[in-house]
Amino acid sequence: MFKKILIANRGEIALRIIRTCKEMGIKTVAVYSTADQNSLHVKFADEAVCIGPPPGRDSYLKIPSILAAAEITNAEAIHPGYGFLAENAEFSRICEEHNIKFIGPSPHMIENMGDKATAKATMIKNNVPVVPGSDGIVTSVDEGKKIANEIGYPVIIKASAGGGGRGMRVVENEDKFEHAFKTCRNEAESAFSNPAVYIEKFVVNPRHIEIQIMGDQHGNVKHLGERECSLQRRHQKILEEAPSPVMTPEVREKMGQAAVNAGKAIDYEGAGTVEFIVDKDLNFYFMEMNTRIQVEHPVTEEITWCDIVEEQIRVAAGEKIDMSPLKMRGHAIECRINAEDPEHNFRPTAGEITSFNIPGGHSVRVDTHAYAGYRIPPHYDSMIAKLIVSAPTRKEAIARMKRALQEFIVEGVKTTIPYHLQLMEDENFQTGDFNTQYLEKHFKFKP
Amino acid sequence: MDLKLVKNLLDLISETELNEVSIEEGDFKMKVKKQSDAPAQSAPMQFQMPAAQQAPAQTAQPAPASGDSSASETKESQPEGETVQSPIVGTFYESPSPDSDAFVKVGDTVKKGDTLCIVEAMKIMNEIEAEFSGTVQKILVEDAQPVEFNQPLFIIKKA
Repeated sequence: MFKKILIANRGEIALRIIRTCKEMGIKTVAVYSTADQNSLHVKFADEAVCIGPPPGRDSYLKIPSILAAAEITNAEAIHPGYGFLAENAEFSRICEEHNIKFIGPSPHMIENMGDKATAKATMIKNNVPVVPGSDGIVTSVDEGKKIANEIGYPVIIKASAGGGGRGMRVVENEDKFEHAFKTCRNEAESAFSNPAVYIEKFVVNPRHIEIQIMGDQHGNVKHLGERECSLQRRHQKILEEAPSPVMTPEVREKMGQAAVNAGKAIDYEGAGTVEFIVDKDLNFYFMEMNTRIQVEHPVTEEITWCDIVEEQIRVAAGEKIDMSPLKMRGHAIECRINAEDPEHNFRPTAGEITSFNIPGGHSVRVDTHAYAGYRIPPHYDSMIAKLIVSAPTRKEAIARMKRALQEFIVEGVKTTIPYHLQLMEDENFQTGDFNTQYLEKHFKFKP
Repeated sequence: MDLKLVKNLLDLISETELNEVSIEEGDFKMKVKKQSDAPAQSAPMQFQMPAAQQAPAQTAQPAPASGDSSASETKESQPEGETVQSPIVGTFYESPSPDSDAFVKVGDTVKKGDTLCIVEAMKIMNEIEAEFSGTVQKILVEDAQPVEFNQPLFIIKKA
C-alpha cells in the first residue's frame, strides 16, 4: 500500500481524498495555488506545496509543477480527483515515466474513451447498445435520407468537427431532411471549417442515467449501480440521486452488464462512469465514458456502503476488487450547492462567506471545503458544497433533503439553496417524472 | 595576531548560514561556532503541518496572493532588500555542480541577468536569474533544499 499520496486537485474533492487517505493511514501531500493558501485541503494535509499563481494553467494544470511537488515530497502516487488533469492521458503517461502511480486509468484507456468516435466504435464491437446512426460521415442528401429512414425519425444531423451544442439539427420527418442537411453542412463549414456531418437517432426527452464501474489490475470489473443525473442546467448537473426513480431490476441488470462489458473491453483500471441516454421505454444507449471519479460519487457510496476513493487507491496498489453481488439499500440524493444567484440567471458570486451553518442529523452528509470566513476565489468553479442525504425510501430522502436545506445557512454570498428548496416541492420532481430538458424548459424558479 | 582580519572573518561568518567555521593558515588557527538561534531550515520542517495546527511558516511568508516581493516578517529581523522568490517548485542548488563554487555568496554584487541559483525539477536544471542588480544580503535556503512556488530564496539590496 502507498505510504504517501499527492492530491493534484483542490476544493472539496481534495479534502475528500485526504479524508480517506487519513483513514487508511496514508500520508497526504496537498498542492495549492496562491489563491488557495487558506483552503481546508491545505490545512488538513500532512504536507502542502505551493505550486503556482491562481490561474489553473499555471498551477493545478501545470504538469511539471505537480510532478516536481511529488518529487520533493517523495509521494509514491498521485490522485488527480476530477477535472483538471484527471482525464489527461499525457499526465497519466508522465506519471508512469517517473515511476509515480497515477491513481486512475492508463494513458491508453483515457485516450480510447476520450475520442467520441473511437469510444463508440469500441462499444459497438462489444455489444454495448449505442445510439443508432450512420457509419461515419454522410456526404449526400440521398444517402442521408436512406439512413434516416432506416434509423427512424426523428434524427439529428451533427457536425463531425462540432461541439458545444453547435452544428446540430433535429429533423422531424423526411420532408424536412434535405433543407436541414444542407443547412447543417453550411453551418459546419463556416463554424468549424469542415462540412462533414453524420446522423444519429434523436432520442426524445432522454434521461441521463449513468453506471458506476470499478476495474482492477487483474481483469475484474464490477458495477455499483446507477445514478440518475437528468436534472441539469446548461449541461451542468444540479441534482443527482441513486437509484433512479424509474429503474427496474431487469434494466439495471442489463445496463450494469453493458457498462461492465464496456469496462472489460478496454481492460479498465480504476473508477469509471458509463453514461447512457435512456428513452421513455427504458431503452438505453451508450453516450460516453468518464475515466475518473465523478462529483456525484457520494450518492452511490451512501446506498452501497462503500468508499469509492478507497477502492481507487486499493486498485492502484494492485489489490483485487471485491466481486460479491451488489447490495443497494435505500435512496440517496445530492444537491450541488453553488455560489450562484438563482434570481439573476445563476451569475457566480465570489467573496467572503460570513456565516456557514452546515446541516446535520441522521444520514446527512456535507462534502465541502468552505467555512465561515472563507473567501471564495474567483478563479475556479462556483460549487461550494455538496449536500447528500439518504433514507430508506425516496419520499423520506426528499423530506430529509428539504429539512437539511433549510438548516444550511450561508451568508455573505448568494447560493442555489433556495432553488433546491423549490425543487424539493416540485410535483414532477417528487413523482420522478422528469428528463434532461425538465429544468431548463419546464421548472420555474420563483424568486 | 591580526585583529582586523579576525573581526572581518567573524563578520563574514555571522552574515552566512554557517554554524561552525575553522580556519588554518600556517601557525594561525581559528575556530568559531555560532550559537544557533534560527529555526532549523532542514527540508522536512518546511513542509510538516500536523493536522491540529494552522498552516505555519509557508503562509507567514510575503503575501503571495498580492505578488508582493518585499521582505518577509519572520521570527528574525531580515536585512534590508528585496526578496527573490522561487518561480517554480523543485530542489534548490547553490552551485552549477556539486564540486563548483556557489553562484553567489552573501556580499556579492549581481547584475540583472546573472544566475543566482538552480531550481531543479524533473531532471531539468532551471537557472534562476537576477531581475535587477544589487548586493546579496542573505541566502534563505540551503543547498539541496526542496522549495515551493514563491518561496523566498535571497534578499538582495537593489543597487
